[in-house]
Amino acid sequence: MTKEQRLKKRHAAEKRFRLYGLTSILVALVFVLILVNNIFSKGSSAFMKTVINVEVFFDSELIDIENGAPEENIREADFYDITIETLLKAYPAKNLDEENELIDLFTTDAEIEIKKAFLENNNLIGKKINLEITASDDIDQLHKGNYPRNLPEDRRRISNFQLKIYDNLLQNNKINKNFNNYFFNNGDSRDPELAGIGGALVGSFYSIIICLLLAFPVAVLASIYLEEFAPKNKITDFIEININNLAAVPSIVYGLLALQILLATIQLPRSTPLVAGITLALMTLPRIIIPCRASLKAVPPSIREGALAVGASKFQSVFHHVVPLSLPGTLSGTIIGLAQALGETAPLILIGMVAFVVDIPSTPIDPSSSLPVQVYLWSESAERGFVEKTSATIMMLLSFLIFMNFIAVYLRQKFEKRWN
Amino acid sequence: MNFVLIFLIVIFSSSLFFYGKSKTKSISIERNIKLNALPKFYGYYLVLWSSIPALVFLLVWSLFEPIIIKSIIIETAANQGAIFNDKNEANLIYEKIKAIHLGTYFGDIDTILKESAISYSKFLNIFTNSKIVLIFVTIIASVIFSLKKIKNNNKAREDVEKILKGLLFVSSLIAILTTLGIIFSLLFESIKFFSVINIFDYLFGTNWSPQRAFVSDASAITTAEYEELKDAFGFVPLIAGTSFIAFIAMFVAVPIGLFSGIYMAEYASFKIRRISKPIIEILAGIPTVVYGFFAALTVGPFFRQIGESIGLTVSSESALAAGLIMGIMIIPYISSLSDDVINSVPQSLRDGSYAVGATKSETIKQVVIPAALPGIIGSVLLAVSRAIGETMIVVMAAGLAANLTINPLESTTTITTQIVMILVGDQEFDSPKTQSAFALGLTLFVATLILNYIAQRAVKKYREKYD
Repeated sequence: MTKEQRLKKRHAAEKRFRLYGLTSILVALVFVLILVNNIFSKGSSAFMKTVINVEVFFDSELIDIENGAPEENIREADFYDITIETLLKAYPAKNLDEENELIDLFTTDAEIEIKKAFLENNNLIGKKINLEITASDDIDQLHKGNYPRNLPEDRRRISNFQLKIYDNLLQNNKINKNFNNYFFNNGDSRDPELAGIGGALVGSFYSIIICLLLAFPVAVLASIYLEEFAPKNKITDFIEININNLAAVPSIVYGLLALQILLATIQLPRSTPLVAGITLALMTLPRIIIPCRASLKAVPPSIREGALAVGASKFQSVFHHVVPLSLPGTLSGTIIGLAQALGETAPLILIGMVAFVVDIPSTPIDPSSSLPVQVYLWSESAERGFVEKTSATIMMLLSFLIFMNFIAVYLRQKFEKRWN
Repeated sequence: MNFVLIFLIVIFSSSLFFYGKSKTKSISIERNIKLNALPKFYGYYLVLWSSIPALVFLLVWSLFEPIIIKSIIIETAANQGAIFNDKNEANLIYEKIKAIHLGTYFGDIDTILKESAISYSKFLNIFTNSKIVLIFVTIIASVIFSLKKIKNNNKAREDVEKILKGLLFVSSLIAILTTLGIIFSLLFESIKFFSVINIFDYLFGTNWSPQRAFVSDASAITTAEYEELKDAFGFVPLIAGTSFIAFIAMFVAVPIGLFSGIYMAEYASFKIRRISKPIIEILAGIPTVVYGFFAALTVGPFFRQIGESIGLTVSSESALAAGLIMGIMIIPYISSLSDDVINSVPQSLRDGSYAVGATKSETIKQVVIPAALPGIIGSVLLAVSRAIGETMIVVMAAGLAANLTINPLESTTTITTQIVMILVGDQEFDSPKTQSAFALGLTLFVATLILNYIAQRAVKKYREKYD
């Protein structure tokens, strides 16, 4: 091999090596794209729901209420008959089977929707109005194009007759898409068209607030102690080693801790944001202490010495000068820690947040779910409608995380002082 | 109740701030003396003294009250003739008594339950009243004590700072308390588990199927029953599955992470680095449940389809899908740590290599990487510990049945998956099945602790070498 050939070979190796590096970065970037694209393409349709336009005739015989009846009476009134009557008018059905199939096109909450429309308007008795009733999950998925209609009938959840009705309604412009208010307002449900993240949102909110209230003060105080006051001795070393180790303990172990101490020993209520918040706080604490200490360390000693020189006590130099200067770093570290806590699932599953909760929690000691747990729960469901719901929940979760991280970066860039 | 008490304590003690401030001012005028601290510190002194003892008392009281009441009630119920054979039945009766007291119990109420419910509300009353009285006494005592100090013109600033310093120290102790809590809660149940299952049978058993483990009476297990139990709790398939999935993850993450780290540290221009580094770190910020969803609903079925089209049977919960996605999740941990490590290799080493005519890649391969090796190994070990502790991806995408296999297309299970499977839903207390989850947790905790310890030592040693 001549000198030139060898040099060429070495340069080729150089190029190859560089290419490997670039390729691995690209692989990682491409994966981010695939993941985000996959979630968004599946999830964005969940923000809309399919509605079927029907004509409701409020026959006084069917609901047995006079115009101007007091509201309690209306609330107690039975709207079942009028609902069936209304839904059956959507398409001529010949026998009982066909009637049932027709009713199955609509959500199980059709009665509630009709009642709600009646309560919102005055004096509807004897009048006809057009109402948009939420379609059932199967029709919803069919209308959004997520459901293959060319399968043989026995492998479809939608019968041929239902398909015929759907096509007929579509031709008469009776099927529309509306903003899906249920997705944001409702709690969990077995019916995908009614299921929402309202409960999970509130549950996550309470958990994160409790986590913040517990973890932030303790983390700040602990890091001030360790960075500014702690004498160099065995106890301090031990605390430091402990904090570093705790930051690396798998999150599921915190779930076991909560199960044994918070639920079994102290007997706090299961499945509640209170327990979730405490568990997340214990888990987040070391993860906040580490950046807090780093930002305290970044404040140069001259600040402390300057304060001490004009007669401030050690405490005054720390609390009046060092802590305010470290605040941007402290806050952004806290927000990033909270963002991690918001996405944490495993410990919450262990403390029972996987319970099926329909009601939206009103206090932190009501049973509740949380956003990531809702993702886990729905992803285990078989119904097709839950796939888009899960993806949409992930979209919400990711946008919260992006927002929090954005604030953290902003705080740091805007307010943090550079010392050199 | 407690919230009202806390609120009142806080309101009362913060109002004392103004009292302390004006009181010391008037003292200094009256006696014509110079105060030893600014008046506001006397205010703070009063606030701290009047609130902290009372709040600590309230906390301790609320922790022990339910436990004490419970033991009293169960004892009185037993004295009245209630029969319960074990702790579970006692708990059940106690819950019934509580529900009767709250008026939410609708079953049959016999005289014993009724009597117990009455004594329960009696005890609850006594405890609440004595709590309020004792808190009142605590506050009065501490206020009298601190007022006396103030009147003697104590060095209030120094005293306040001492108290606050104590508070800071206590906050930093919470980390130790958490560790102790973890160790105790894991050990407590694990010891019970290992008193039933021999630890060697657990560590070397090759069969894991806790669903089969039914024990009628945990205190007296016959030899035949034990043989069957032993067969249900064998750890080997779990550690095999966990390491297998972690291995696949590392197989993906180490090359990609390491090469991106090298590229970022050595080749990338400032601009590329500024854009691509945060994007790769997005991967670390995505919640693992999202990866799990992606692995279970997109990657798993995708592999299955590919497998079918080339005539392979691929489980839709294959180890490959879970491991691959876990590997992608871990890329940023390796890339950013190795980026840091490579950056801290002194430039003089590189310059020396260039001076003898090496190309950049030769320098990296023969000088920089060997120099940075301890740090890189440390970062890989940290990533391994993250992989074995990772829960959601494997819970959603890997299998549930323990399966000793080295075929990545088959399904296998992991330690974390089994913990979740055992503890989700209703748990029977004091059954070896529930306790086994804690034994698994202990194993996991110890394993990650050892890995982290070695990794941190390696990184630290490496840092010291070049500092």
